[in-house]
Amino acid sequence: MKEIIARITDKVFEKQEPDQGCFTPFNIVAGIILIIGAILTVLRFTMGFETVTNLDNNNPWGIWIGFDLLCGVALAAGGYVTSATCYIFGLKRFHSAVRPAILTAFLGYALVVFALHYDVGRPWRLTYPVFYSQGTSSLLFEVGLCVFLYLSVLFTEYSPAALEWLGFKRARNIVVRLTIALTILGVVLSTLHQSSLGALFMIAPSKLHPLWYSTYLPVYFFISSMFAGMSMVIFEGSLAHKYLHHKMDQTHLDESDGVVLGFSKAASFVMMGYIGIKVVGLAIDNNWHYLTTGWGLWFLVEILGFVLCPALLFAAAYREKNLKFARAAAIWTVLGIVLNRFNVSMIAFNYHLPADQRYFPSLMEIGTSVFIVTLGVVIYRFICTRMPILHEHPDYKAH
Amino acid sequence: MEFYSLQDFYVHCKGITYLVMGAILVFAPLYWGFLTDREDD
Repeated sequence: MKEIIARITDKVFEKQEPDQGCFTPFNIVAGIILIIGAILTVLRFTMGFETVTNLDNNNPWGIWIGFDLLCGVALAAGGYVTSATCYIFGLKRFHSAVRPAILTAFLGYALVVFALHYDVGRPWRLTYPVFYSQGTSSLLFEVGLCVFLYLSVLFTEYSPAALEWLGFKRARNIVVRLTIALTILGVVLSTLHQSSLGALFMIAPSKLHPLWYSTYLPVYFFISSMFAGMSMVIFEGSLAHKYLHHKMDQTHLDESDGVVLGFSKAASFVMMGYIGIKVVGLAIDNNWHYLTTGWGLWFLVEILGFVLCPALLFAAAYREKNLKFARAAAIWTVLGIVLNRFNVSMIAFNYHLPADQRYFPSLMEIGTSVFIVTLGVVIYRFICTRMPILHEHPDYKAH
Repeated sequence: MEFYSLQDFYVHCKGITYLVMGAILVFAPLYWGFLTDREDD
């Protein structure tokens, strides 16, 4: 055990090349955000919700659920989408995208659980729904169980990279043999909880505006998570190209254009399908007349401005083989997903309340969310600069 | 449009929904064709 701990410590503090010193612009900005986040954390857990949030009885779920949880889970969908593409559909040209996508998904879900500690009243009881008092008729129980299981699956899927880095060959080989089983489990669990997050809002038909409320909400959340995941893979890939280029090997560099264009094509088609089922939702509930109201305009901004337009840009990117278009469309789509989750959980939620009773997040709530995202970026960078995520480990080239 | 019974309402909604679904069935392969028509180039 002592040997293992010593090996991990040595590896963690190993000097990285190129060494630019501690005070790089990224480190300074991230450091400031993390210090502010630490202060906000102390405030949250010592002074309670009232000091740091604008939450109240009308609005018990705010930006920590709308952004940290709903957007976090949707944008972490790249993990199951990419691994299913590679291992289930057998498209091996996407193999180099699997590890970065799995890492992003693992960190995304880990931070979702981390953020949940801030949002629940008694975080030390977060394990109760799974281990102590199962509310099997509750959607939240299903979401909690799936997130718990899927986080474990993602950790196991990610672990070969860490084991290769630490030199634990035997353990790594055992985990790699589980890849297909883990991928299938990941897809099943993602299907369940991505849709259940949408289904959570079906309990409040009178609170959510009819243009967003639908019995198809679970389907909308699941389908949108697919193109959210693909867009995130493209987006993080472009960031990795820019800032971690020196960590990428030739295989990753050669395959990256194909990954971007392949996911552009798939995202464009799935987004068009999503628009189709949104129109079906409008038709089945006969909600056409709402489209001429202010809320209707906002709904059209979301659907036409943040789904149709990026879908057409993805199509143009694939047809013209234009990577810039694809990256722009990916950022646009990610913003669209954030807008959709905000609309469902906050903007169109409690839409009938007078303006003074509507929810708007406090600066400290926003600061906490920024802190959690920054924490994710810092850990991602830490792992990518050390472990074989953007390159293959020389001892396992055949994999 | 006014409805005088629940039956009227559902006939209307489902009728429109079937038309929309028919349009999607026609549009989907056309869009796939649009996406992939330069793949051979």
